[in-house]
Amino acid sequence: MSFTDITNIALMQGFAGLSLFAVLLLMGLGLAIIFGQMGVINMAHGEFMTIGAYTIYMFSTLTETYLPGFVSAYFPVAIIAAFFIAFVFGWIVEWALIRHLYKRPLDTLLATWGLSLAMQQTFRSVFGAREVSPTLPDWLLGSWAPAEGLDIPINGMFVLGLTAVVTGGVLLALYRSRWGLRVRATVANRPMANATGINTKRTDRLTYAIGCGIAGVAGAAFTTIGSTGPTSGSLYIVDAFLVVTFGGAGSLLGTVASAFGIAQTQSIAEFFLTGSMAKVLTLLLIVTILMIRPQGLFASKIRR
Amino acid sequence: MNALKIWIGKSGLGSVLILALIILVVFPLTMDLFRLNLVGKYLTYGFVAVGLVMLWGYGGVLSLGQGVFFGLGGYMMAMFMKLEASDPVTTKIQSTPGIPDFMDWNQITELPFWWEPFRHLPLALIAVLLVPTLLAFIISYAMFKRRVGGVYFAIITQAVALIMTVLIIGQQGYTGGVNGITDLKTMLGWDTREDTAKYILYFVNGGLLIGAILLCRWIQMSKLGTLLLAMRDKEDRVRFSGYDVSMFKVFAFCLAAMLSAIGGAMFTLQVGFMSPSFVGIVPSIEMVIFAAVGGRMSLVGAVYGTLLVNFGKTYFSESFPDLWLFLMAALFIGVVLAFPNGLAGLYESHVKPLFGRRKAKPETTAAPGDGTPHTSTGGKPLSRGAPISGDVQGQSA
Repeated sequence: MSFTDITNIALMQGFAGLSLFAVLLLMGLGLAIIFGQMGVINMAHGEFMTIGAYTIYMFSTLTETYLPGFVSAYFPVAIIAAFFIAFVFGWIVEWALIRHLYKRPLDTLLATWGLSLAMQQTFRSVFGAREVSPTLPDWLLGSWAPAEGLDIPINGMFVLGLTAVVTGGVLLALYRSRWGLRVRATVANRPMANATGINTKRTDRLTYAIGCGIAGVAGAAFTTIGSTGPTSGSLYIVDAFLVVTFGGAGSLLGTVASAFGIAQTQSIAEFFLTGSMAKVLTLLLIVTILMIRPQGLFASKIRR
Repeated sequence: MNALKIWIGKSGLGSVLILALIILVVFPLTMDLFRLNLVGKYLTYGFVAVGLVMLWGYGGVLSLGQGVFFGLGGYMMAMFMKLEASDPVTTKIQSTPGIPDFMDWNQITELPFWWEPFRHLPLALIAVLLVPTLLAFIISYAMFKRRVGGVYFAIITQAVALIMTVLIIGQQGYTGGVNGITDLKTMLGWDTREDTAKYILYFVNGGLLIGAILLCRWIQMSKLGTLLLAMRDKEDRVRFSGYDVSMFKVFAFCLAAMLSAIGGAMFTLQVGFMSPSFVGIVPSIEMVIFAAVGGRMSLVGAVYGTLLVNFGKTYFSESFPDLWLFLMAALFIGVVLAFPNGLAGLYESHVKPLFGRRKAKPETTAAPGDGTPHTSTGGKPLSRGAPISGDVQGQSA
């Protein structure tokens, strides 16, 4: 094996880790807002991702049937639609369910789990129990080969790029916008935020809905990697919670760091072990570290 | 006689007695063996629910990983029975006789060392009780000593449940993989699939469950139970009074784990197999809903809740499979939003007053909703003798 072969393997292995990082971060971002900032344990987060995924599927089917010429262009539009559909759903769910439960976090957990069951059954009734995948535009398929023996999958790069955009957007929104200011004020001190004239109830609803919208984008992005079924969302939920908890709830940069750490650990472990053992090893590591350092990597400085 | 009556009323033993009558007399007399076996299976989940009442209702700690302990108990019982079922004579067609069939299918030629203790029933039974408790101790000691709160604990226990499932499914050669450990026939030569054996197992199971409830009731009535409640409501105040709060929580978690493990072992004995589908996140959360439907503060209610949800599940998933998940969802949301105290809470607020009216002093019976913080009804004057009605509880809790 020559030197270039080894570099190529290392590069591709590194990229596998990077795309896993993008996937984990995208899953965790919405939850970092909902759970990290608001403290709501949203067990239906995975189902909001599935909403995004099914939105892409619907758009792809509709475009194929009615506008076959636009198959290469529907994807960006569908991603934006995925955000808004999940956003509206989140808005309704907050109004109907979550707002009654802010003071009882463990009960939120049960209620949102119930919600996730109902959503799964709805998906099953509407889209069928079979897994579906959208017709992807050509520019998302195949791989990019900058050198001999080096293959970088394009969908992985797309997810990575999208993650960068969404992360940047969330960071900007949270630290440079009026909404972000309101959210941070509400998280830091609710009565005082109320007293300064911030409508904290409205802020809560908007924040929850934005978190759900980001989950929708995440789900939309994942259709480029795998197929979607009614229960796909439940596969992500534990990972998403661990990413946020491990990073330190309340710290967005912590979420980024922990997604990176978890992804690299897992993809390196996968190189030496079987997939399931790598997963077990990674999870065990996270749980052990969380036992030693319960506040996560980056503890938030917020007094609770 | 009257003193005894009052004592039974105070200690809540009357309701346990009624439950014991239902489980040990009414069910066996009215049901055929198939149904009875089904009830026996549900009652093994009852152990988990009873444990959750102690842990969640009394200790204020929600665990989403009770399936791990249920599964551990069940798997260890199954390991013993599997080893007995795979003696060298019956497995002589395998390339390595004398080891469980799934190991042979996975090209394993030697029994792993950690399977060896399960050749002996006493060792296996000790392991059923101790291993899950020890695991629970390790998990909870590390976390509660660092004062990790309710939500984080729930997430960590969920992660443990996921680890357990992935591990069991991934290590197919040692654990039987997705199919679990199947074809369990005998325990020390006693065929557990025979009709009489099924009856005996049902009664052992029911008796153990009643025993577990009595044990928990005794703990609740002791000083320890009071401390658990105090800790749930004002943890810091208990800590400042000089109590080691974390060790009480560890105790509650270990107790719940041990009860779950007993339930798991009884499950294996009655149903004849054990698989990862009773270990993961989904069954663990379902077990929480059993306790929640029955009433998270009521030991007896938890058993009724378990029976009700499981009967509902069996009936609906046979007749209206599409509706079942919606119904389950409604249960989760309804229990949280409308009846936080479950069936037991409904009984306390609606049925009990009907009996109470005949007594001389209705005021004394009007202390329902043991879990409802009474302070939350605040300045609202309660009409004399009338208990807090259910909907007020729903809004204020």
